Amino acid sequence: MDIQSLTAVRLGEKIKKKELSAVEAAQAAFAQIAACEKEYHCYVTVEEEKAMEQAEQVQKKIDGGELTGPLAGVPVAIKDNMCTKGTLTTCSSRILGNFVPTYTAEAVKCLEQAGAVILGKTNMDEFAMGSTTETSYYGVTRNPWNPQHVPGGSSGGSSAAVAAGECFYALGSDTGGSIRQPSSFCGVTGMKPTYGTISRYGLIAYGSSLDQIGPVAKDVADCAAILEVLAVHDPKDSTSVKREDTDFTSALTGDVKGMKVGIPRDYLGEGLDSQVKEAVLKAARSLESQGAQVEEFDLSLVEYAIPAYYVIASAEASSNLSRFDGIKYGYRTEDYEGLHNMYKKTRSEGFGEEVKRRIMLGSFVLSSGYYDAYYLKALRTKALIKQAFDKAFEKYDVILGPTAPSTAPKLGESLEDPLKMYLGDIYTVSVNLAGLPAMSVPYGIDSQGLPIGVQLIGDSFQEKKIFRAGYGLEQTREDQDRLAPVLRKEGR
Amino acid sequence: MANIISDETIEYVGILSKLELSDQEKEQAKKDMGRMLDYIDKLNELDTSQVEPMSHVFPVHNVFREDVVVNENRRDEILVNAPEQKDGQFQVPKTVE
Amino acid sequence: MAREYETVIGLEVHVELATKTKIFCGCSTEFGGEPNTHTCPVCTGMPGSLPVLNKQVVEYAMAVGLAANCQIHQKCKFDRKNYFYPDNPQNYQISQLYLPICYDGWVEIETEDGKKKVGIHEIHMEEDAGKLIHDDWEDCSLVDYNRSGVPLIEIVSEPDMRSAQEVIAYLDKLRTIIQYLGASDCKLQEGSMRADVNLSVREKGSDMFGTRTEMKNLNSFKAIARAIEGERERQIDLLEDGQAVVQETRRWDDNKECSYPMRSKEDAQDYRYFPDPDLVPVLISDEWIDDIKSRQPELRTEKLERYKKEFDIPQYDAEILTSSKKLADIFEASAAICKKPKKVSNWLMGEALRLLKEHNQEPEDLSFSPENLAKLIQLADGGTINNKVAKEVFEKIYSENIDPEQYVEEHGLKSVSDEGALRSVIEEIVAANPQSVEDYKGGKKKAIGFLVGQTMKAMKGKADPGAVNKILQEVLEK
Repeated sequence: MDIQSLTAVRLGEKIKKKELSAVEAAQAAFAQIAACEKEYHCYVTVEEEKAMEQAEQVQKKIDGGELTGPLAGVPVAIKDNMCTKGTLTTCSSRILGNFVPTYTAEAVKCLEQAGAVILGKTNMDEFAMGSTTETSYYGVTRNPWNPQHVPGGSSGGSSAAVAAGECFYALGSDTGGSIRQPSSFCGVTGMKPTYGTISRYGLIAYGSSLDQIGPVAKDVADCAAILEVLAVHDPKDSTSVKREDTDFTSALTGDVKGMKVGIPRDYLGEGLDSQVKEAVLKAARSLESQGAQVEEFDLSLVEYAIPAYYVIASAEASSNLSRFDGIKYGYRTEDYEGLHNMYKKTRSEGFGEEVKRRIMLGSFVLSSGYYDAYYLKALRTKALIKQAFDKAFEKYDVILGPTAPSTAPKLGESLEDPLKMYLGDIYTVSVNLAGLPAMSVPYGIDSQGLPIGVQLIGDSFQEKKIFRAGYGLEQTREDQDRLAPVLRKEGR
Repeated sequence: MANIISDETIEYVGILSKLELSDQEKEQAKKDMGRMLDYIDKLNELDTSQVEPMSHVFPVHNVFREDVVVNENRRDEILVNAPEQKDGQFQVPKTVE
Repeated sequence: MAREYETVIGLEVHVELATKTKIFCGCSTEFGGEPNTHTCPVCTGMPGSLPVLNKQVVEYAMAVGLAANCQIHQKCKFDRKNYFYPDNPQNYQISQLYLPICYDGWVEIETEDGKKKVGIHEIHMEEDAGKLIHDDWEDCSLVDYNRSGVPLIEIVSEPDMRSAQEVIAYLDKLRTIIQYLGASDCKLQEGSMRADVNLSVREKGSDMFGTRTEMKNLNSFKAIARAIEGERERQIDLLEDGQAVVQETRRWDDNKECSYPMRSKEDAQDYRYFPDPDLVPVLISDEWIDDIKSRQPELRTEKLERYKKEFDIPQYDAEILTSSKKLADIFEASAAICKKPKKVSNWLMGEALRLLKEHNQEPEDLSFSPENLAKLIQLADGGTINNKVAKEVFEKIYSENIDPEQYVEEHGLKSVSDEGALRSVIEEIVAANPQSVEDYKGGKKKAIGFLVGQTMKAMKGKADPGAVNKILQEVLEK
């Protein structure tokens, strides 16, 4: 049995049953990292020594009966925009290239309290701005299904690490699709919960009103189990919501009878790759055959989501990233004359092109004379988009659609035309604007051998419905290609 | 309608965001921003007159802290990542009043 | 000067609130403290940190607004004001622009020209910045974030003031209200109250506003008055010269008694305000407003009238005693213990104020307990100590808050009025100073003063002067 091919929940069970130890699990992860990391470059920082120590501590606590949860002893990778005390946290940027936080993000703390073993920090697009992980200062991450292709972004490192077996699950963050899109490109399951479900304390902010942390894992059951551990109210985060209904694993019944599923007609039009469309329709038929009612409907406003998103996200980012000034932490330029020169050189040298682009756009749309026309206009659009979803969810339990317009593009093809790259977010950004939960579930492989993902969107606080439908989809999926080639063994 | 971004605008934005661009970067930035704004102008097609700008998605209000001191002296922790420090303070180039 | 000019003044007053913790984190607001010892990831802008609002700040802001006759925005929120400066760890300040907590209020001031209402445009909550010190040795600046995140309210007046006197009266009124509410100690010198002056001039009779300038760095009432006069002159000179007044921010240098422009071209002054996504709106219910109103303590005007009636003290005394809440509190508490309000009033208006002036302190700095003052009064009244001794003991109470009864015991300061003991000392003095005795007997009644003095000296000041006088006269008459 290949340990790396186990899901997090299955591994947790085996550890509980003492068939495996936390130490062995960590060793298996590091063995896989040793074998693949050179090629895929999923990680910015691998913390082997720390992790092995942590694994021993965790095993002791398991033996002593202190740690009894389903994820105790399971090794995890954390996206490099979540602060981890004592471990380099870079946001894949030069400007934080030497930043070692003295505190740990709340979400990571939750995992540690549940007995997780932190393997390291995964690669991402710089400050989460991007859709391919190519804007990372520390080099690109390659898709384990085909290393000539991108893993997606911005949580590309996390998704690739799960797909390659270099961890058993990972945390990502999603502002405009950054968990869902790379999950679909890497053939893994990733979800973004309702805004406010997981604490943002310690998550280095990009678009504060849109950011959410979420799990990236091998299947729906894993995501549900991980979300249960993370969905805890945090008084240190004013936007954190107190939730009562966090027993998400109870939704893994496999029963979708009577569920009403809507597919937005506007999602299936021009611009969508035919094979992805085919996968969505196949998923629809699968749900139907299990007793769900599926129909197409008009969502509307789809083409306005991206401009609204980029105005809001850039505006918030331009402010959130102002703190990186070479004074309190991080990179400071070597030669400067005076304060303002120090600011400009530090930031211009410390930030990459895409980050600078969005900071400038954000400063512009907030500037005097433009605030109403751009920023407020975008916020009004956001309100309309939320209304459109509210209306849809009066009728439907979940919305089904594609996660991305295509499968993973080749490396080096996307950064030439930023606008074109932004358009790839068309199915994911409106979910962040409306604060809704959504999950990408792998559903098929295209003719190039690259994974396709379909997206399930739920009404706010209705993750259970997404898990129900997603679990149902998984049951009927053709499974032979479920794992990335790197994890597949002969005669499995 | 094409948005033409002028040199002044890029310089202004540079001052606001404390970024300094080379001439080549400036040209590229003008183009990029122009294109982005053209695309963003699409929002003008929407009639948003009947709706208020929505900052927060959910009606969460009144999240407070009690007025109780919970933090002790954390100076070492706060200064440990400072690029330059002196006498327990962050050192910066001279600020002009 | 051919034309007559009117000065139009508005004030932006920042007040540091007397909360125990900062506005968005649980760090202490205690004054002093080694640099950066009252800091945490939130108030130093560490990556991933998030703000959480201190409820007490909202309540103080509401209390001040209600006492200043303001309307309350029952839904208010926070906005980010974006600008780069080292004392601002996030390079944005969390403030309120679009929906400040209070608006449309007024306070009444009184000057020699009579009473007048000064409008309050709005009051909003915001966070303070850290402190920058300039290090001349190394030609750099140093940043201390202890003050970063301390809660402020900013009170923006309407441009209703017309003279330095009105400005001082307005500031004094604000200070009294806020101190009475306990919301801040409002010490200009310590920076817990800061005033920026917006000033323009116009020809008398015109109702158009001239171009205004903003002046900062005004650290005392005197500096404010001088700055107003100076800026008025400067603007009038420009206009008389045919030049225009430039809208700018100027820094007042009280030593040189002049101002100079502050902003450089590196500062665009475009703050790009937008609602802070990390904070949620504050909804203020009618019940909450009523609750704050009901908890409002007696304000100065009411207290003043009450003192006049209850303690039967004149207007002038009542004004002084209520000019500071601290002073009033000590007055009432002492009077309640010893039941001698007039005596308490005399001590406070006399010795206490004198010592405050001497030490360059404010009434808010008084740190002795009312019990000790009351005890002192009882000791003096009962004749246990004489007035001279009482004054000395009071100085000790003022500076060290000693218990006067204990102190008098320990230092043997009790007045000696025992006839027998006094008589023998006096007889000695009389015997030792025959010249004075002769002078006295010869008609120089004042010579007794010298003998009284000598007696007091011999008694180490502890005799009761009345008794000494009486016995001396008896002995001399013999």
